[in-house]
Amino acid sequence: MQVTDRATGPFDPPTAFAVPGRIAVSNRAAAVWQRAVLTEVRRETPTVSTFRFAVPGWQGHLAGQHLMLRLTAADGYTAQRHYSLASPPDDSGHIELTLAHAEGGEVSGHLHTVARVGDAVEVRGPLSGFFAWPGDRPALLLGAGSGVVPLMSMVRHHRSHRLAVPLRLFVSARTREDLIYAGAYGEETTPVLTREGERRRLAPDHLAPCFGVGAPAWEAYVCGSNAFAEHASRMLVDLGQPVERIRIERFG
Amino acid sequence: MTGPQATRGFVGRPRVHDPGLPPGQYDARDDWPVLSAEVTPALSTGDWTFRVDGLVAEPRTWTWDEAQALPASAYEGDIHCVTTWSKFGMRFGGVSLDVFLDAVRPDPSATHVVAYSYTGYTTNLPLADVTGGRAWVAFRHEDAPLPSEHGGPARLLVPHLYFWKSAKWLTGLRLLDHDEPGFWEQNGYHARGNPWEEQRYAGD
Ligand SMILES: Cc1cc2nc3c(=O)[nH]c(=O)nc-3n(C[C@H](O)[C@H](O)[C@H](O)COP(=O)(O)OP(=O)(O)OC[C@H]3O[C@@H](n4cnc5c(N)ncnc54)[C@H](O)[C@@H]3O)c2cc1C
Repeated sequence: MQVTDRATGPFDPPTAFAVPGRIAVSNRAAAVWQRAVLTEVRRETPTVSTFRFAVPGWQGHLAGQHLMLRLTAADGYTAQRHYSLASPPDDSGHIELTLAHAEGGEVSGHLHTVARVGDAVEVRGPLSGFFAWPGDRPALLLGAGSGVVPLMSMVRHHRSHRLAVPLRLFVSARTREDLIYAGAYGEETTPVLTREGERRRLAPDHLAPCFGVGAPAWEAYVCGSNAFAEHASRMLVDLGQPVERIRIERFG
Repeated sequence: MTGPQATRGFVGRPRVHDPGLPPGQYDARDDWPVLSAEVTPALSTGDWTFRVDGLVAEPRTWTWDEAQALPASAYEGDIHCVTTWSKFGMRFGGVSLDVFLDAVRPDPSATHVVAYSYTGYTTNLPLADVTGGRAWVAFRHEDAPLPSEHGGPARLLVPHLYFWKSAKWLTGLRLLDHDEPGFWEQNGYHARGNPWEEQRYAGD
């Protein structure tokens, strides 16, 4: 690799990944904690539920963005975690989060076992314009487990606005029972089950049809565990997807 | 809204107050989460170079071998990620940024730096935050080469700030006479990122 040797000229990174985010984030809005009242809980799988909140001051978001959620104990102790927004941008005054119940998890455990309709939590956001999808470019979405959450927001946005721009979703889960939003997918989605049916991980041949002659110039969004993100992003690079058009959200 | 509002029924996990834990953080214990927004680059030490330029008397580029020959120093202590986990007692080996900066002789007008990654990722820091033995180019973690998903072969290490400032796959540093927001800072994160003041997002 060649590093530029101009004394004060601009440094040129080998890739142009650091393009600005898809949107400018409203800093003032992101800095404010807002009260979010739980209005509905929907079960998605035995260990995953969707939590719907009324947030009257919510100023909107783009599909793919996340927020910070904060719980506060009576003694002032707080726990805060990031969660992707599952709802589409225009669900005015309401947002939805989809949480996997992590074993021994402090925040997901509270929401799954203690919280009930009418309770209030605090949220701030939306955060990060980088993983956002405004609906402008063809979108190739790869998710595993709860990594499908921000991608579902994109699918919902695509549907509700009847966007003509191509969108494809590949979602990996262990079994059909573990597949979040299983009943909500349409022709845009290919579920890949690792412990039943096909019994294998997302593989190049699943994605190859998206990279044929005349295929759209995809903006790729990858979301899930770090292991999935590494696997899926390497596969995309091998299929010819430019690295600067792969956006990754790792849940840790 | 002012202070946090108590959440009905939330007690949290049993805890002892740890003075080493900044506000809003939790102890990730054995976990070292990976959080990067881009594809992990496959970068060999033979390909790696490190350049320091901008407002300096003598811009310079070091190869891997040249950097390894510099006086080594270690960091042993804690790191804090803006996504709310902290990790205690981390051990990193590398070269103090002071060594690189001394070699290029910063101009007195220089006040800030922008760190560049091979991927194009950037992050901005006040010069005062990366001098005086507070920042390293790290090559090793726990006596082993730094794994690529954690920024190997070389990352910036600025442990007293949130970890997004410790740019992975570091390849350059530019000295400036003004502050220039980097990748996450353009995406709404705080310009400085001091965990003890919870400087997470712009406006904090
Ligand atoms: C940008 C982003 C978006 C995200 N979006 C989503 C999303 O849409 N949906 C989703 O479900 N998740 C999402 N996550 C993950 C989420 O932020 C949390 O990490 C997850 O919900 C677990 O938090 P928790 O408080 O329930 O578990 P934690 O309390 O953080 O525990 C996590 C694990 O560590 C163990 N553990 C850690 N410390 C201790 C301890 N002291 N004692 C015992 N056990 C311990 C727990 O057993 C558990 O298995 C996202 C993360 C990021 C960074």
